Amino acid sequence: MTEVQTFVDQYGAAKAVLPGAGLPWLASLREQGIERFAALGFPTRNMEAWRYTNVRPLQKVAFAPAEPAEGVQIAVDHGAAHRLSFVNGRFRPDLSNVGDLPAGVVLTSLATVLAEDPESLKDHLGAAAEDDGESFLALNTALMADGYVLRIGRGVVVEDPIEMLFIGAASDKSVAYHLRNLIVAEEGSAAVIVEDHIGHGEGAYFSNGATEVFAGPGARLKHYKLQDEARAAFHLHGAFVRLDRDSAYESFVLSLGARLSRNEIRTVLNGTGSECFLNGAYVVADEQHVDNTTFIDHATPHTDSREVYKGVLDDKARAVFQGTIMVRPDAQKINGHQLNRALLLSDKAEIDAKPALEIYADDVKCSHGATAGELDDDALFYLRARGIPEQQARRMLIEAFLDDVIDEITHPTVRDAFRDKVSAWLAARHEEDR
Amino acid sequence: MLEIKDLHVTVDGAEILKGIDLAIAPGEVHAIMGPNGSGKSTLSYVLAGRDGYEVTGGSILYKGEDLLEMAPEERAAAGVFLAFQYPIEIPGVASMTFLKTALNAVRKQRGESELDAMQFLKLVREKAKLLNVTDDMLKRAVNVGFSGGEKKRNEVLQMAVLNPTLAVLDETDSGLDIDALKVVADGVNALRGPDRSMLVITHYQRLLDYIVPDRVHVLAHGRIARSGGKELAHELEAKGYAEFGANEAA
Amino acid sequence: MAAVTETVEQVQAVADGKYKYGFVTDIEADTAPKGLNEDIIRFISAKKNEPEWLLDWRLKAYRHWLKMPEPEWAMVDFPPIDYQDAYYYSAPKSDTDGPKSLDEVDPELLRTYEKLGIPLQEQERLAGVAVDAVFDSVSVATTYKKKLEEVGVIFCSMSEAVENHPDLVREYLGSVVPYSDNKHATLNSAAFTDGSFVYVPKGVRCPMELSTYFRINAANTGQFERTLIIADEGSYVSYLEGCTAPMRDENQLHAAVVELVALDDAEIKYSTVQNWYPGDENGVGGIYNFVTKRGACRGRNSKISWTQVETGSAITWKYPSCILQGDNSVGEFYSVAITNNYQQADTGTKMIHIGKNTSSTIIAKGIAAGKSNSTYRGLVKIQPGAKGARNYTQCDSLLIGDKCGAHTVPYIESRNRSGRVEHEATTAKIGEDQMFYCQQRGLSEEEAVALIVNGFCKEVLQELPMEFAVEAQKLVGISLEGSVG
Repeated sequence: MTEVQTFVDQYGAAKAVLPGAGLPWLASLREQGIERFAALGFPTRNMEAWRYTNVRPLQKVAFAPAEPAEGVQIAVDHGAAHRLSFVNGRFRPDLSNVGDLPAGVVLTSLATVLAEDPESLKDHLGAAAEDDGESFLALNTALMADGYVLRIGRGVVVEDPIEMLFIGAASDKSVAYHLRNLIVAEEGSAAVIVEDHIGHGEGAYFSNGATEVFAGPGARLKHYKLQDEARAAFHLHGAFVRLDRDSAYESFVLSLGARLSRNEIRTVLNGTGSECFLNGAYVVADEQHVDNTTFIDHATPHTDSREVYKGVLDDKARAVFQGTIMVRPDAQKINGHQLNRALLLSDKAEIDAKPALEIYADDVKCSHGATAGELDDDALFYLRARGIPEQQARRMLIEAFLDDVIDEITHPTVRDAFRDKVSAWLAARHEEDR
Repeated sequence: MLEIKDLHVTVDGAEILKGIDLAIAPGEVHAIMGPNGSGKSTLSYVLAGRDGYEVTGGSILYKGEDLLEMAPEERAAAGVFLAFQYPIEIPGVASMTFLKTALNAVRKQRGESELDAMQFLKLVREKAKLLNVTDDMLKRAVNVGFSGGEKKRNEVLQMAVLNPTLAVLDETDSGLDIDALKVVADGVNALRGPDRSMLVITHYQRLLDYIVPDRVHVLAHGRIARSGGKELAHELEAKGYAEFGANEAA
Repeated sequence: MAAVTETVEQVQAVADGKYKYGFVTDIEADTAPKGLNEDIIRFISAKKNEPEWLLDWRLKAYRHWLKMPEPEWAMVDFPPIDYQDAYYYSAPKSDTDGPKSLDEVDPELLRTYEKLGIPLQEQERLAGVAVDAVFDSVSVATTYKKKLEEVGVIFCSMSEAVENHPDLVREYLGSVVPYSDNKHATLNSAAFTDGSFVYVPKGVRCPMELSTYFRINAANTGQFERTLIIADEGSYVSYLEGCTAPMRDENQLHAAVVELVALDDAEIKYSTVQNWYPGDENGVGGIYNFVTKRGACRGRNSKISWTQVETGSAITWKYPSCILQGDNSVGEFYSVAITNNYQQADTGTKMIHIGKNTSSTIIAKGIAAGKSNSTYRGLVKIQPGAKGARNYTQCDSLLIGDKCGAHTVPYIESRNRSGRVEHEATTAKIGEDQMFYCQQRGLSEEEAVALIVNGFCKEVLQELPMEFAVEAQKLVGISLEGSVG
């Protein structure tokens, strides 16, 4: 069992040795975090934001603090132009390759910055991830140990994708780690960030992550994430995004792994002309539970958002989609559009969707659509009548269903890579069925 | 009927009309021609009283009264009708309902009695027949799912039913093939009479072969650059607007 | 007249000796003291000569109610209700209590009647004027009652039903909305005063629309109205609730419960035009309309259809729902909710698909003007056994002015792969070009808004019975008065 007190005790034991332990401002941030967490406890289904996701399974596992896993060796593809790797939440320089970055770009680990230049974090760390009653964020703030820090200076454009590899390496004991990432894109800069969250081994671990993103005026960020954690893992991550005027943020989350995962993205369109595109796909089976929760806050006039999430569920899998579009008073000339579609392949699978519009200004065009259903029998029959075996026909239809959301990824190599991931997942499943 | 004097109009801070003078006597049909962006549609919107068009100078007298002082619906009741270049779609409101509501609102403002359902139906059927407007179109929501030709015929039908004394036709020919154009022009010509004036706004001379004007004015850069008889239209067709320094792409 | 009860203010005014219309009956005897406790419930039950089981049921509800929290999830905001600061029983007011003539009625109210085109005699009846017109209604009602009796339809007040048809009441009361359902419904179960009861026997198609209009004896049902409608196998009934004219009622809390039961092949159509007092333009006063309405499609091929036009009340909290138990059963919800000034509406539906091949349709139109907030909140749930279930939902919001809010909060829960759920929602404002087009054709600003909004609501309004639809359309225009310009 992991009680609230378990983490409080872990904090008590670790606070003197956590990165940046000597910094008063950070100590106070951490202190507030653990107090909030202790007060809030674990979320329950009585809370509107968690009505469809039950975190009891997480509490039933006894999590120990993650220790630097130097022993773990993983073959990484060294083809990437820029890569940081983390094992159990700690930076691993030996598996990383910062590569040649243009002047004005900082790419390093949080622990490194806290050791070498902590004051540079003061304006941003905790500034986007606001305390609004999210207990896992509060816990993350208290116990954050490492993560990536990416700063892109004014007008700098990083051409190649910057890859972040997060490896959960379960061993004989289950571990919990608290990743904290920070992206600061200054005026007119641009970058493509790809996060890979993968598992090593079969055991349970808990990846509790928070990423803060600041896009300055005119900055353009593409932030892609593959969640392919071990099947026994827990993955609860939040991204907190602040968009300044004329900036653009494109996000895509592909969820394939984990026993229980939640990706929460909270975007504040804080400057005129800013836009965000939040897209995602998931393919889950067995007893997997995947939760995508997004909140798009149109805080200023002339801002646009578009959101498409699609997913496929088999066996006893469960998916949750909660998407809120809010338009603040006086935020006129808004376009906000959202679509979420789910394909149920089994009678035991369940989809719960809550797309909400909260509109307080009148000159807006907002819409959402949601569907849930099974594969089209007529289409399936048509394919089979043309000689395609049923399993293959199903796979074709599922891929076709997901294809248009994957097409939303504007970066071509990432788009192809994510599409291959989905195909591989389905192919593996196909093999199992034979 | 209509007397425009030194009219200056600003839209979003930019002066579009820079001193227009125009007088239309009862029964006359005037055409305004001009390149894109010359201010033709602005003039039609100012006559109908659309928001966002700021009159910074000059005057418009309609039947001796100050038109600019009147609300759009008062102008409609007083007999000013604008056939829109892009007729507006109103989902859920049947054309028939719309027409009846409009007609009775206008009649009420004119101090006339409202028509009952039977009288109204008779009137509309009669006018609709001339314009090839089917019962099916009248049942559909206003302009929703109408083809370009259907929308323009619907505009002319509204004009016939509302019985205006000054009709402003804004690019009524745009998007019409020759057959549709003839139907619309016939509908308009049927409404010509000694008490009704018309202002036909168009880019092309083609329409004026069917609706033959008494006077033609060329609008360029917010001013009337030339006026003449119907032959002016043919001249423009041959020479284009180049002599007025117009940029066709504007 | 329907559903206008003694108002708290009036009673207070009487107590203070200030009630301007005078008050001839003995207050002490006919009104229970303020507040709610077991004695008051016993008093209500005794006044109505209720059987033991019903008193027990009320008390069970009351005890449960004490432990229940207030529902807080709705997007409405109001100060906590002091349940002890209200009267839970006051006898129906007699004719002599009302205004003596139209001269004594609030001119504002009469102006609205006039706009709705309600005949003078009708106006008197609606305003509660005690005149001979009532006799006309009585005679009309008697004619209808006779006609209903011929086909075996029972249509009476809940009190009468408890006395005359106790077995039916006992079998169905609380079977759709249990006494423990929610704070407001539980309060109703403990303290309901009266309401309507309808039973349509097997195979009978009710020959006319039933409405409170004709239910003279059941008038003055008060703030805790309880309605129960049972459509037996193969029967059909259409029920009209409320009244298209605004009923002035200063009661703070209106917590009604409506239960519908449709057995095999039966159909119930329930239409509401709600125009309770919305408070003034500054948000002072007005009704809290916290209503629980639910229908159970128990039988195969049964159908329940809710249509509502909600333009009144300071706060509306209401989710007419369908439990689709019977295979092939059908649930429908058509709603228009208009809020203006400081009104708040949080309304929608729940469609619970349990049986095979059940289908549901939701069409909700929300219009917010002034400083009001309008929320659609709905749940579509496909249970594991609901093979082949279908739902289509469309929610559209229209905003008039930049100080109001329009919200859409749907919940979709699907646990059967063959179930198909489709949800669409849009939010937009009335187009400036649409307004101008209408004005150019001679319509005033207010006429143009009324026309466009009626077009926006058309899919819902056309579901209303004819005579209701006409008045509802006028109401749409009236409730948005002053929202433009």
